[in-house]
Amino acid sequence: MSEITPETVEHLAELARIALTDEEVATLTRQLGAIADSVAKVSEVATPEVPATSHPIPMANVTRPDVPGPTLTTEEALSGAPESDGSRFVVAAILGEEQ
Amino acid sequence: MTELTRLPAAELSDLLAEREVSSVEVVRAHLDRIAAVDGAVHAFLHVSDAALAAAAAVDAARGDGAALGPLAGVPVAIKDVLCTHDMPSTAGSRILEGWVPPYDATPVARMRAAGLVPLGKTNMDEFAMGSSTEHSAYGPTRNPWDLDRIPGGSGGGSAAAVAALEAPLALGSDTGGSIRQPGAVTGTVGVKPTYGGVSRYGAIALASSLDQVGPVARTVLDAALLHDVIGGHDPKDSTSLPDAWPSFADAAREGAGADSLRGVRIGVVRELDSAGFQAGVTQRFHEALELLVAAGAEIVEVSAPHFEYAVAAYYVILPAEASSNLAKFDSVRFGLRVTPPGGGTVEQVMAATRELGFGPEVKRRVILGTYALSAGYYDAYYGSAQQVRTLIQRDFAAAFAQADVLVSPAAPTTAFRIGEKVDDPLAMYLNDVTTIPANLAGVPGMALPMGLAPEDGLPTGFQLMAPAREDARLYRIGATLERLLGERHGAILDRAPALA
Repeated sequence: MSEITPETVEHLAELARIALTDEEVATLTRQLGAIADSVAKVSEVATPEVPATSHPIPMANVTRPDVPGPTLTTEEALSGAPESDGSRFVVAAILGEEQ
Repeated sequence: MTELTRLPAAELSDLLAEREVSSVEVVRAHLDRIAAVDGAVHAFLHVSDAALAAAAAVDAARGDGAALGPLAGVPVAIKDVLCTHDMPSTAGSRILEGWVPPYDATPVARMRAAGLVPLGKTNMDEFAMGSSTEHSAYGPTRNPWDLDRIPGGSGGGSAAAVAALEAPLALGSDTGGSIRQPGAVTGTVGVKPTYGGVSRYGAIALASSLDQVGPVARTVLDAALLHDVIGGHDPKDSTSLPDAWPSFADAAREGAGADSLRGVRIGVVRELDSAGFQAGVTQRFHEALELLVAAGAEIVEVSAPHFEYAVAAYYVILPAEASSNLAKFDSVRFGLRVTPPGGGTVEQVMAATRELGFGPEVKRRVILGTYALSAGYYDAYYGSAQQVRTLIQRDFAAAFAQADVLVSPAAPTTAFRIGEKVDDPLAMYLNDVTTIPANLAGVPGMALPMGLAPEDGLPTGFQLMAPAREDARLYRIGATLERLLGERHGAILDRAPALA
């Protein structure tokens, strides 16, 4: 059985920057435990001599000529932002009060 | 003349080229059909208000004698995972509600350049996570064959639009079956190209090592024509293959005209011909095999012993990659921003935004992926899953040494009822058991209709898989099988409910 507890889910949610309700924590604890148990079978056949595949069709050192091309204007780049000052993205305070 | 919405894209192209109809007439017929039936089907999240103007521009170009491509003037629906500069692109998520990207995805740009006319954006499971389109933040799409049933997913909107005669063609994306499984359960054709065959630039990423954009259509030839337009190298995608591709439309025409399949070795994957599948699916699959044998093909049974680990490996790799890809939805550059009461730090704003902006399946997978990648668990989950991926690639290599194509049912059942599996993620994940191996190995796959299941009268799908870069083989053999099945069953979409 997996070791997924409500505390694990709360910690993972914090890492993933998702606030969860207590009800969601309870549901996810149960569901993630079942899913983790189910997918753990991958380790049954993963013996040390089998190399890992991260990419189905590997390509190495893909580059293009370093030639300037069209790019988004500032206005276009900011067009979807929830808040901007016309030339920059505006974000909430990065540091908490205690920092 | 047959009503315009019932004609395949290839026939519309001929009529347009001969000026028997105008693109404005064709597009108007489809917009009228959308207006008539989409209230019931809900295939579209957004209908373009620029389609008639785009159609008029193609008609004008044709009138001026411009050289136009084969699909110029034909309308197309676009899965909402693809960026469009003139329509919202939400990927089915609340977090991107109303977002209009400042650029077009490469497959969209190529379609516009070829004169295809975008009709609108189609519904999907949020960020393409799902097999039923029930995980859309904007409500489910309904299967045109039975409005109480799911149209498959994640690309249920594109498949339903094509099946409901709202569009002759659509674009989809397939990470674990999101083009092929909806094709199977709606009686349409869907192709997942070789990984790297179609640019992913501007496709909102789910799992970057698995995602592939591809065509949705009602015939094999139509899928090939659209694949020819969207495929080929794109310097904006570093995983795009620099290969020169043959004409898939030529391959489909050649296959449709072939007298025999002598010399073709069809590999039946033992592990994907399961006794656990719905009886009518298995029956139609074996009948299709008999048609192939009667046409001269040789049937070879092949074994892929590691396919039984594919779903498990997929549900480690996909959440891991998705948890990284979805980190970009941070309330800064695009989409929703939710500020907690009384304000908060940027981290608190992000957490509140993602709590409200993501649905339950997305939260589940992002947190699962975060778990699989965390210290202490990485080797057991992500590392092992990547090793399974190698074993599955080896299974494919061994099988393709014995057979030219591999075949299986495209989905284990016909369309299930809306709500039946939505609260049981593990049951939902098993819908993709037949389609996931191709994504893990990067090989191309096609689903095409193989008749209706006798027990429920709903569509079933036949899957063909070919070695990487051999997509043309799918179109050639798929078109032959489509003709043989058509001679047996007739055009099955003609038996779908009229809806309006």
